[in-house]
Amino acid sequence: MYGKRLRALALTTFAALTLTLVLAFFWAPNDANQGFLQKIFYLHVPLAIVTLCGFVYGGVAAIMHLRTRDSRWDMRSYVAIHLSLVFGVGVLVTGSIWAKGSWGVWWDWSEPTLVSFLLIMLLYATYQPLRFAIEDPERQARYASVFAITAGAFVPINFVIVRLSTAYLHPRVLGDISANLPGRFQVVFYLSLISIALLWITLWRYEMTSKHASAQLRALRRLLAGDEDDALPRRSAVPTLSVSVEGGRAGGTPGVGASR
Amino acid sequence: MIALLEIPLHQAVPYVTAAYTAFFALILIYLAIMAGKLSRIERELGELTELAARRRASGEEPDAP
Repeated sequence: MYGKRLRALALTTFAALTLTLVLAFFWAPNDANQGFLQKIFYLHVPLAIVTLCGFVYGGVAAIMHLRTRDSRWDMRSYVAIHLSLVFGVGVLVTGSIWAKGSWGVWWDWSEPTLVSFLLIMLLYATYQPLRFAIEDPERQARYASVFAITAGAFVPINFVIVRLSTAYLHPRVLGDISANLPGRFQVVFYLSLISIALLWITLWRYEMTSKHASAQLRALRRLLAGDEDDALPRRSAVPTLSVSVEGGRAGGTPGVGASR
Repeated sequence: MIALLEIPLHQAVPYVTAAYTAFFALILIYLAIMAGKLSRIERELGELTELAARRRASGEEPDAP
């Protein structure tokens, strides 16, 4: 289901990333102020944008879950948040490396962009423990969706607040891009943004495929083993995905061949 | 508030290398974890195939001449 056209997507992502790297290092000129160090921005800024969009998508999927009660939406929200957390770690690491090179410090607590991103990361770091703390799968999915919606709404609000803040020195790449960035910088930046977004989508689909296959396998085991393997599922933070093996199609009906 | 430092190319290279290496290492770790999960799925699928084969064999035995 999610694995359909995954190979083509992965190859496109690989080609886009390779092209981005080649253009960033061999075609785009060095920045007048920051020189070669500015190359980090082709990775750091798109990563941050994709991470925040991933968190917002997690919230949108959670809204769909609450509206439809379809467990697939809960899984989509979970995987989006999980993957965005991984990308978020990349943002913090690459940002710190840039800060050390440019500012001479690994971290600056007076910089609102840095601190606000850290706050978002810490907020989402509580998502998995929250899920794990709730044993009942139905309640877990519902509470996690409410969390994902609230936190997802916080992301754009936080972004606007930081933009309105005046006491910053963090470079405003996206805001200044049309006004100040020369053509080559813009081309590479947007290509990089597309590449990182493609990478996120590929990994999201990859993980969804894995989770779906796992759920199908478990449903198949229950079907084959019958009562022998009818033990209660292990407590987990991973959503319960409803899968029907009889029809050979993933379904969203709760309680039918429920599996993690 | 801190000012931007202007650093020459030879000093910037290690930072840029470190940033890109860290990102690709992170993605590789993620893929390695996913590969582990894929191996588990493959193992479980093998177990189920064996179970299905055993069932089929035991189901066919009474009908065998």
